[in-house]
Amino acid sequence: MAQMAMVMNLDKCIGCHTCSVTCKQVWTNRSGVEYVWFNNVETRPGQGYPRRYEDQVRWRGGWTLNRRGRLALKAGGRFRKLSTIFANPRLPGIGDYYEPWTYDYETLTHAPPQDQPPVARPKSLLTGEDTRISWSANWDDDLGGSVEHGDKDVVLAEISAKVTLEFDKTFMFYLPRICEHCLNPSCAASCPSGAIYKRTEDGIVLVDQDRCRGWRMCVTGCPYKKVYFNHRTGKAEKCTFCFPRVEVGIPTICSETCVGRLRYIGLMLYDADRVLDAASTPDDTGLYEAQRQVFLDPHDPRVAAAAERDGIPHDWIEAARRSPVHALINTYEVALPLHPEYRTMPMVWYIPPLSPVVDVVRDTGHDAEDSGNLFAAIDALRIPIEYLAELFTAGDTAPVGAVLRRLAAMRAYMRDINLGRDPDARIPERVGMTGESMYEMYRLLALAKYDERYVIPPAHAEQAHGLEELATECSLDYDGGPGMGGAGPAGGSGPFGEASGGAPPIAVENFHMLKHRQTADRPADPSDKRHRVNLLNWDGKGMPAGLFPRRRDLGDGDAGAGP
Amino acid sequence: MIDALLWTALPYVTIAVFVLGHYWRYRYDKFGWTTRSSQLYESRLLRVGSPLFHFGVLVVLLGHIGGLVIPERWTDAAGIGEDAYRAAAVVLGGIAGFCTLAGLAILIYRRRTVGPVFSATTRNDKLMYAVLTLVIVLGLAATAAANAAAGGYDYRLTVSPWFRSVFYLRPKAELMDGVPVLYQAHALSALVLFCIWPFTRLVHVLTAPVGYLTRPYIVYRSRDERLGEAAPRRGWQQAP
Repeated sequence: MAQMAMVMNLDKCIGCHTCSVTCKQVWTNRSGVEYVWFNNVETRPGQGYPRRYEDQVRWRGGWTLNRRGRLALKAGGRFRKLSTIFANPRLPGIGDYYEPWTYDYETLTHAPPQDQPPVARPKSLLTGEDTRISWSANWDDDLGGSVEHGDKDVVLAEISAKVTLEFDKTFMFYLPRICEHCLNPSCAASCPSGAIYKRTEDGIVLVDQDRCRGWRMCVTGCPYKKVYFNHRTGKAEKCTFCFPRVEVGIPTICSETCVGRLRYIGLMLYDADRVLDAASTPDDTGLYEAQRQVFLDPHDPRVAAAAERDGIPHDWIEAARRSPVHALINTYEVALPLHPEYRTMPMVWYIPPLSPVVDVVRDTGHDAEDSGNLFAAIDALRIPIEYLAELFTAGDTAPVGAVLRRLAAMRAYMRDINLGRDPDARIPERVGMTGESMYEMYRLLALAKYDERYVIPPAHAEQAHGLEELATECSLDYDGGPGMGGAGPAGGSGPFGEASGGAPPIAVENFHMLKHRQTADRPADPSDKRHRVNLLNWDGKGMPAGLFPRRRDLGDGDAGAGP
Repeated sequence: MIDALLWTALPYVTIAVFVLGHYWRYRYDKFGWTTRSSQLYESRLLRVGSPLFHFGVLVVLLGHIGGLVIPERWTDAAGIGEDAYRAAAVVLGGIAGFCTLAGLAILIYRRRTVGPVFSATTRNDKLMYAVLTLVIVLGLAATAAANAAAGGYDYRLTVSPWFRSVFYLRPKAELMDGVPVLYQAHALSALVLFCIWPFTRLVHVLTAPVGYLTRPYIVYRSRDERLGEAAPRRGWQQAP
């Protein structure tokens, strides 16, 4: 089967959060998912988002091998799930993410003349009351506060109980995370209603909003904690790999807007029948190699013939041959999966950062472009390498070391070329590559243009009319739309609780919300609920109903509307 | 006249509303068909109250099936006398009913006192909670009153045959004459609950995920199914 996959080159991530912000604007800028970041960027070492999500002793995400060596859900099988369905014992609370808030900006413009400048107080988006901000999705960004809670990093604890983040041993890098769109998704396996499914065409894992009943088991099941609970609609939501964009051949919004151009999107062909065996590999450290064996070589004519027989279009097979993801994972072998030990066969892979090594070599006054210095440092720097190994290879430092040596070799090899010196053929040989392939890898990592980084075959034109958001039909004609008795495009509430009456496509909801915000004299109040104002969409004009408790002298909450 | 209305017409209205209401809700509001869980906001009280309530109410449901659907002659034939049956029903039902009520009390207390949970409570929810509480309290009260005062009341000679007669399409309203008023009130409030059922969050009961026990873990689905969307127009269908 074919799988749309992503690789991120962590050396290039500058931690600007542009991916997170644009993703939020597109997908989770709605009430009910204020706390949700389909894409988030974590500083490592750090706790991540939600806090300490990697602590599977506590959260029980992913798969494990049972006593008979067979693959089983870590949080328990079917009977266990159904017996705990009334109160999921392993569900992260809102405090493990953070309590979403906004500021009472109106005070700034409406305060009467006074000695002290007015203050915009933080207001909880859950209750509308004053709140104290104590955590957020990236509270420990850039190691902020690591003196106080640096020891709470789960991965650091794996390496050694005694490691402290001493200043002179500090290293840091950023880890952008989206849903892994796993080959063996434990969220889908945990869903009692069967609402989470993997698309056969491109492997994207989606939640069917009409079948989700809000049992919340997927949140526990996902070891990456990338399925979120919309507390307004009572449904699970997750990263969609921007499927409406990918279907028409353009990259996900996080990739499109990535400032560092560190993301690569392409197809991987894989043998679905071998996934279970690979995920059941006895040894955690064998999982990286096992997953690589599941992938098929699109250049192999037998693979191409089999793929075409199974209904994969010819242009998709050609795209798989040009896939940068395939090149980085299997040809150059520089990309590694995130936490393969969760046994979900994740499909967003990472090129581990060489920068912790380079920084140390340079800071000690040595030549940080010299392959010998870098190789020696890779062997000597225990903590960063073990840390990366815990993230990407279940603790086995050999593959991480090999990847870093390749990156170091490329660095040294290309310096000679860039300075007009004769390239040293021994450098690529030391890492098992040829000068030519090393140059090709350099091209892909450093120079690749848009159409080389994103090789996305579109869904077929004959299917185009059915794509989610192409307006080839009456745009109100979707099931549950206004013409069908639904609540309409404004995302309002039906009579049976909030957001009943059908989910409008998110683009439609966003469009109307933005239009309303930009043209209305009154503050945008999309949820039309007394207590839950979507303050993310609030423009500071006036006082939306429900922002504050009613006051007798004001009467209705709208009485304080702005100028 | 009023008896015929209450014990003949109302049950059929209830059945019609219950069945058609669910069909209509499923057709037009699949998106709103959810448990509307509030565990994200608060977990400590929920972890006590919710299982207490739900497991309690499941046992109560089994008890009602046993009491209403199985005729007394069957249990007599099985050698279970009325006294033994009642003892078991009162003890088991009492425990389960008490658990249900205690769980419900915890859940309502939680709903009222935990800020985010309270603000997530709709008017619809409040109505549902009121009716649900009424049904449970009346049921427990009927059992308690009958057993404390008069050594029990054999509803299996009156209420149960009436209940079955409704489904045989030969309703015998006269059987409900002389039934203690608490039992009557319990039955009527239950009818009201079933009437509002399809229009509240209680719909989640009908989609209890028992299919999970048999389905394969990973669900694969083709994009082409396009569930829930309009059928392709003529000329736009995919070529076979």
